Amino acid sequence: MPSSPASAAETASAPETVRLSGVGFGYADAPDVLRDVNLTLPRGSFHFLTGPSGAGKSSLLRLLTLTARPRSGRIRLFGADVTGLPRRQVPALRRRMGVVFQDFRLLDHLSAFENVALPLRLAGGREADYAPDVEEMLKWVGLGARLDARPPALSGGEKQRLAIARAVIARPGLIVADEPTGSVDSAMADRLLRLFQSLNRLGATVLIASHDQGLAEHSGARVLRLEDGRLRDEERAAA
Amino acid sequence: MIALPFRNRPGLLPPAAAGEPWLMTVIAVLCFLACLAAVAASAADRAAHGWARELGREATVQVRPRVGESGATAAARAAETLAGVSGVEEAEALDRKAAEDLLRPWLGDAVLPDLPLPHLVAVRLDPAAPASAPTLSRALAEAGLDATVDDHGLWRGEVERSAAMVTALAAAAFLAVAFAAGAAIAYATRAGLAAARSVIATLSLNGATDDRIAGLFMRRFGLLAAGAGAIGAAAAGLLTAFLRLLGGSEGLTQALPLAWSDLLLLSPCPLVAATVAVFAARFAAMRMLASNGEDG
Repeated sequence: MPSSPASAAETASAPETVRLSGVGFGYADAPDVLRDVNLTLPRGSFHFLTGPSGAGKSSLLRLLTLTARPRSGRIRLFGADVTGLPRRQVPALRRRMGVVFQDFRLLDHLSAFENVALPLRLAGGREADYAPDVEEMLKWVGLGARLDARPPALSGGEKQRLAIARAVIARPGLIVADEPTGSVDSAMADRLLRLFQSLNRLGATVLIASHDQGLAEHSGARVLRLEDGRLRDEERAAA
Repeated sequence: MIALPFRNRPGLLPPAAAGEPWLMTVIAVLCFLACLAAVAASAADRAAHGWARELGREATVQVRPRVGESGATAAARAAETLAGVSGVEEAEALDRKAAEDLLRPWLGDAVLPDLPLPHLVAVRLDPAAPASAPTLSRALAEAGLDATVDDHGLWRGEVERSAAMVTALAAAAFLAVAFAAGAAIAYATRAGLAAARSVIATLSLNGATDDRIAGLFMRRFGLLAAGAGAIGAAAAGLLTAFLRLLGGSEGLTQALPLAWSDLLLLSPCPLVAATVAVFAARFAAMRMLASNGEDG
C-alpha cells in the first residue's frame, strides 16, 4: 500500500531524503533505460549526477519528481514510500521539491516576478507576504531590474537563472536540477553553484545532473555516474 | 471594489486562445435558441391552458322536445331549470338564428334554411365551483326534460394533452440545446487543455493539484458561457419584446400569446449557461488530466 506524502516530522526524522532500491524504468514498450538503480541521498547531501547523453540522467530525475513511475523497485522520498503514490497526493510532495528543468518550463504569459512566485502562489501564499522574498531572489540571480519582463524577452541565461530562482524560492527540502548551468557563463555558473551550496547548508538535499565535469569537480560534491542505465560508481569530486 | 496589494495578479492560464471567440459565438447562438424555445413553450402552454379553461367554463345542452311541445319551448324550459342550479352563472337557450350563425362557417347559407337544427342551451358555469355534467343532467331529468349535456370534456382532454405535448417538446428542445452547449464547452475545454499542455505540466510540477488546474478552466469557461448566455438571452429578449409589441393585445397570435412576463424566463440564462459550462469543463479537464499521466 502506498503511504501518504511525508510530513514535516517525517522529513525531520528521515535519515535520507531519497532512496531508490532496485529501480528499473523504461518508456512504453521500449527496453529499460534504467536498470537496478540503487541510490541514497542522505538528508542535507549535495550530489552531482553525470554521465553521457542517453545514460538515463533525465529519466532518473523524472522518477524523483514523480513525473514517471518505475517498472520495478521502490522509491522513497522524505522517508515515505512513494512508488505507488496516488495522483492526488503527488502535488503536496512536489511542493517540497524544487525542480530546474533543462528546457526551463517558464510560463511565457507571466512576468519574471510571477514565474518565480508561482510555487508560493500555488501553495496559497499572499503576494504581500512573498513579494519581498521574490524580489530579493530575483536580485540575487541578477534579474532585479527585470521583474516585469516576460520570458520571451529574456536571454537563455536569464531564463535559466529565472528557472533556478523559481525552483529554490520556496526553500524546498529537495532540489533537483537538470543541467542548471548549461546556458550561463562560468562566472554565473559559479554564482549559481554557490546559491545551491547555500541552500544545501540550510538543509536542502541537492542533486544536479550535469555534463559539466569541471563544475562538478569544482563543487567538491559527491559525483554519481550513470552509464547505460546503471549507476556505475560513486566518488567524491576533487575539490 | 477590493483594492489589491502590489500588482494585479495575472491569471495562471495564458490569455484566451484563438478558438474562444468562436466558442462564445456558438454558446450565444445556442442560448438564443434555448431562450426562444423556453418562450415558445411558455406561450404555447398559456394558449392551451387558456383554451382548456374556457372550455371548462362552458357546457352545451341539447334538448329533445316532447310530443306536443315545441323545441323553442323545451329549450327555454331547460334554460330556466339550469339557471337555478348551483354552479351555473348563466343559461341561455339558443334560437334558430344563433344556431345557424354557429353552423354557417362550415355549411354555408344554402342548406341552412332546410336543415333540422338541434335545440341548444348554452350554459356558462361558475369558474370558482362549476356544476358537473351529472348535476346538470340530474336537474334536467327532475324537470322532466329529455336532454343531453356536453361539458366539452372530450375537447378539453385533447387540448390538455396537446398542451402537455407542446411543453414536453419545448423542454426536450431546451435540453437538447443545453446538451449541445455542454458538448461544445467540453470539446473546447479539451482543446484548451491540449493547447496549454506545457503550462499545465509546469503548474503541476510546481505543486498545483488537479482540482486547482481544473478550477482554472472551470472559471474561464464559466465566465465565457455566462457572457455568451447574457448575449443570447438579450438577443432573445429583444426579439420577444419586438414580437410582443408587434402582436398587440393578442401577444402575437392566439396560438402563441406572448406576455411581457416571458422576458423573466430569460433572466436565468447566463447562470444556467455558466453552470453547464462549469460542469462540462470540470468533467473534461479532470478526465484529460487523469489520462495525461504524471506530467499533468
